[in-house]
Amino acid sequence: MAKMGWMARAALVSVLLAASGAASAYTTTGNGWNTPQGVTEISAKVYDLHLLIFWVCVAIGVLVFGAMTYSIVMHRRSVHPKPADFHESTTVEIVWTVIPFLILIGMAIPAAGTLIKMEDTRGAELSVKVTGYQWKWQYEYLDQGVGFFSTLHPDSNKARQVGSGIDPTTVPNYLVEVDEPLVLPVGKKVRFLITANDVIHAWWVPDLAVKKDAIPGYVNEVWTKIDKPGTYRGVCAELCGRDHGFMPIVVVALPEEEFGKWLEARKAGQPYRLAAAAPTQAADVPPAAAAQPAPAGEQVAAAPATAASAGELSKAELMAKGEQVYKANCAACHQANGAGMAPTFPPLAGSKMANGPAEAHIAQMFTGKMMPSFRHLSDADLAAVATYERNSWGNTGSIVQPAQVAALRK
Amino acid sequence: MAHHDTHAHHDDHAHGEHHDHGHGPEKGIMRWIKTTNHKDLGTLYLFLSFTMFMIGGLMSLVIRAELWMPGLQFVDPEFFNQMTTLHALVMIFGGLMPAFVGLANWMIPMMVGCSDLALPRVNNWGFWILPFAFTLLLGTLFMPGGGPAGGWTMYPPLVLQTGNAFPFLIFAVHLMGISSITGAINVAVTILNMRAPGMSLLKMPLFAWTWLITAYLLIATMPVLAGAVTMLLTDKYFGTAFFTAAGGGDPVMFQHIFWFFGHPEVYILILPAFGVVSTIIPTFARKSLFGYDSMVYATASIAFLSFIVWAHHMFTVGMPLAGELFFMFATMLIAVPTGVKVFNWVATMWKGSMTFETPMLFALAFVFLFTIGGFSGLMLAIAPVDFQYHDTYFVVAHFHYVIVPGAVFAVIAGVYYWLPKWTGVMYNETLGRIHFWLSAIFINLTFFPQHFAGLAGMQRRVPDYAVQFTDFNVQSSIGAFGFFVSQFVMIYNFARCIWFREGMEKAPARVWEGAHGLEWTVPSPAPYHTFEEPPRLLPEGEITAAHDAYDALDRHKINP
Ligand code: HEC
Ligand SMILES: [Cu+2]
Ligand SMILES: [Cu+2]
Repeated sequence: MAKMGWMARAALVSVLLAASGAASAYTTTGNGWNTPQGVTEISAKVYDLHLLIFWVCVAIGVLVFGAMTYSIVMHRRSVHPKPADFHESTTVEIVWTVIPFLILIGMAIPAAGTLIKMEDTRGAELSVKVTGYQWKWQYEYLDQGVGFFSTLHPDSNKARQVGSGIDPTTVPNYLVEVDEPLVLPVGKKVRFLITANDVIHAWWVPDLAVKKDAIPGYVNEVWTKIDKPGTYRGVCAELCGRDHGFMPIVVVALPEEEFGKWLEARKAGQPYRLAAAAPTQAADVPPAAAAQPAPAGEQVAAAPATAASAGELSKAELMAKGEQVYKANCAACHQANGAGMAPTFPPLAGSKMANGPAEAHIAQMFTGKMMPSFRHLSDADLAAVATYERNSWGNTGSIVQPAQVAALRK
Repeated sequence: MAHHDTHAHHDDHAHGEHHDHGHGPEKGIMRWIKTTNHKDLGTLYLFLSFTMFMIGGLMSLVIRAELWMPGLQFVDPEFFNQMTTLHALVMIFGGLMPAFVGLANWMIPMMVGCSDLALPRVNNWGFWILPFAFTLLLGTLFMPGGGPAGGWTMYPPLVLQTGNAFPFLIFAVHLMGISSITGAINVAVTILNMRAPGMSLLKMPLFAWTWLITAYLLIATMPVLAGAVTMLLTDKYFGTAFFTAAGGGDPVMFQHIFWFFGHPEVYILILPAFGVVSTIIPTFARKSLFGYDSMVYATASIAFLSFIVWAHHMFTVGMPLAGELFFMFATMLIAVPTGVKVFNWVATMWKGSMTFETPMLFALAFVFLFTIGGFSGLMLAIAPVDFQYHDTYFVVAHFHYVIVPGAVFAVIAGVYYWLPKWTGVMYNETLGRIHFWLSAIFINLTFFPQHFAGLAGMQRRVPDYAVQFTDFNVQSSIGAFGFFVSQFVMIYNFARCIWFREGMEKAPARVWEGAHGLEWTVPSPAPYHTFEEPPRLLPEGEITAAHDAYDALDRHKINP
């Protein structure tokens, strides 16, 4: 029977440990193991609700587990050899039906209030259309005529390949960095119109407490109003195929004036350094990465896709550029070695289209059947990637010039 | 003993055509293929379930190995997605559901005092469909393009990108559904029509009650799943556009249909577990179940509510506000009857005289850990906060808490509890306790840290993660491997009872001192045919007291 006592004590100790562990986990925030308080009024409300329901659960847990543990210790046979004989009590049963019910009503009221606030998208000052693709995000500022794609940062992308040999801890913001972030103004109500092009994705930024599914054929509305300048990171939350884990989201919130400057520069297709303006939040990144300057702005310097140059290019130029474009846009499905992924994604090595007339090949990039359209890439990019595909992995197709692409762009 | 022999040798007049008058099983492999005996089929179901738990477990180890460290070390992301998809399908449809059907096969006829299930041939079919279903499903792993990788939830349009595995997936799901429906009809018909005279519904053992309600859930929801996957099939191959936006269809409609099945499905997995735990706790507390009637009503309310909460899995799809509010309130409401169950279990223990044999240890761990899963469930019900939790590891932690240390622990508890009845020998108690403590420690190590990973922002169904989640994932992976290895203690223990009984302690008819119920009035091991003539129950007796008349006859065999 000494063994029983030991087990009861072990149970008690582990309950206490778990409870105190949980409690300390929740009282400290922003330490990488709790939902962030975030940087909007809504996210703070959500955080408060989260803590409220958590503590309600802890309180009920202490009562229930306390009673259970007490019973395990005090009502074991060695201590309490003769069992009592009761097996019902209407009063007690009514009490423990009604009390939880009242607690739930107490929870439901603030929750409903917050929910109603979250769904009120009226009065937005800026609208951004967010489109999910396999496996990247497109952002379009609807009234500003600015739009671009945002994909996993090349450094992360290189490191995350199977057997890359690159230690992820040496990559700044591994998997939560993009080539070009979404830039938003602070203090303005921003409305997102969220949709998808191929399969369902979900756009999630914890610091904004915004998560909404991006569904083909639907446009979901959601809004935010960011209080603090900074860099806020998120991910795609809905399984969307092979590279679901590799389409992060980065939002850079700028003071209004600076946002205006960024917008002007972006419209004119000029580079704009964001890095200095966007102090990375220590809470969001591992210590190793936090020490390094946020590289968010670096890639913006690359010429935007829309700035097309329509002149004739040499094969070498096309091939070099094509390889880049291919790696960024096509390799996810068709693979870097052009072998594709049976059965969904066909190989390009030896493909009829890549070795046949250029027109069909170009048309494929505008309107694939199952393949996403790449109409948003510039003529030069499309010409280069077509050339690259037609002259790699043993293919012997013609080279393609930007003018040919332009002629087919309708 | 003599008392029971008179039963066993009576002619089987009521349901006799399907077996040859009670003289033990056929010999050889054909016994298992042709059998219509509920005990044989119970055994087959449990072996299939165990095999599937091992296969699904190995898949989870692939997942945990890849997530051991950030970066991709072992598998391609596509294969990783196949593992998460198949792990879920195998564990749910191959592991848990057959486990409970197996327990029902073995125990329901013995508990309600009838000779077999009502439809023995259907029972045989219901079982033998399953190996084919899982061959189809698992065979896809060896096809070009591999298995399905769109998640067990099979959301279109993603699932429509599945290659050759697609029709195999759909037909496997159809077969599993047919099997479940036949099993459910069988249990429901048996319970409603074949109870021993004098056993009114409210005198049935609670396990029979929870299974009866589960059976109705299965009958109501499995056809819905079948419809949904058939629509997927025609969308992919026959040009329909039920779920394709470009053709005027609606991808979100699939989610509504799926979760109309899917939410009751989670109760299909947990209600029989409630039944097992409600049987075990009174036995080892030596005190009858507190609030039997309210347990029945709570189970029924949970089942009813489970049909009107499905969209809590879809808070982020962009429902109208009124819909979100409705599903939030309805979901929170489920906490009330679930709370009643937990309180009743604690009240059953209260002032009892408890001992802690292995089945009791697992049942108590069930109450603790299922309740933790219930708490995170309550948190997830709060829609505005669910926006933060949804599709993160917080959800993964939540449903694994209710499924593994919840439903799976209940299955394990049930097997320890009834194995002596099945095999006639006692398992080794020390090994049982070692198995329990290892399992309990490792399962918490696996899933508790996942709450934190999820809250801190790690989304689910990813093969790789940002480096700040490393610690949680290392803990999880250690836990998962530890848990898997610990199960070999149980395998050894059970294998001895099943195949190597030499020198093991014989089990008496009533294996546990505090156990009540008709199953304890037949000898151990239970004869091939039991209750060919229905037992007598005391008309005025309570659920437990009724059986004491029989128990009294073998008092001398009580396990000290
Ligand atoms: C999301 C996955 C995906 C991406 C990314 C992708 N493709 Fe495709 N690609 C497909 C699929 C699926 C097909 C076959 C069905 C179809 O025609 O849409 C295909 C077919 C093709 C074919 C025709 C192959 C043949 O022989 O039939 C070409 C050429 C092609 N893609 C070029 C590209 C180029 C160039 C890019 C990058 C700019 C690209 N693809 C990016 C999925 C993709
Ligand atoms: Cu995704
Ligand atoms: Cu549900």
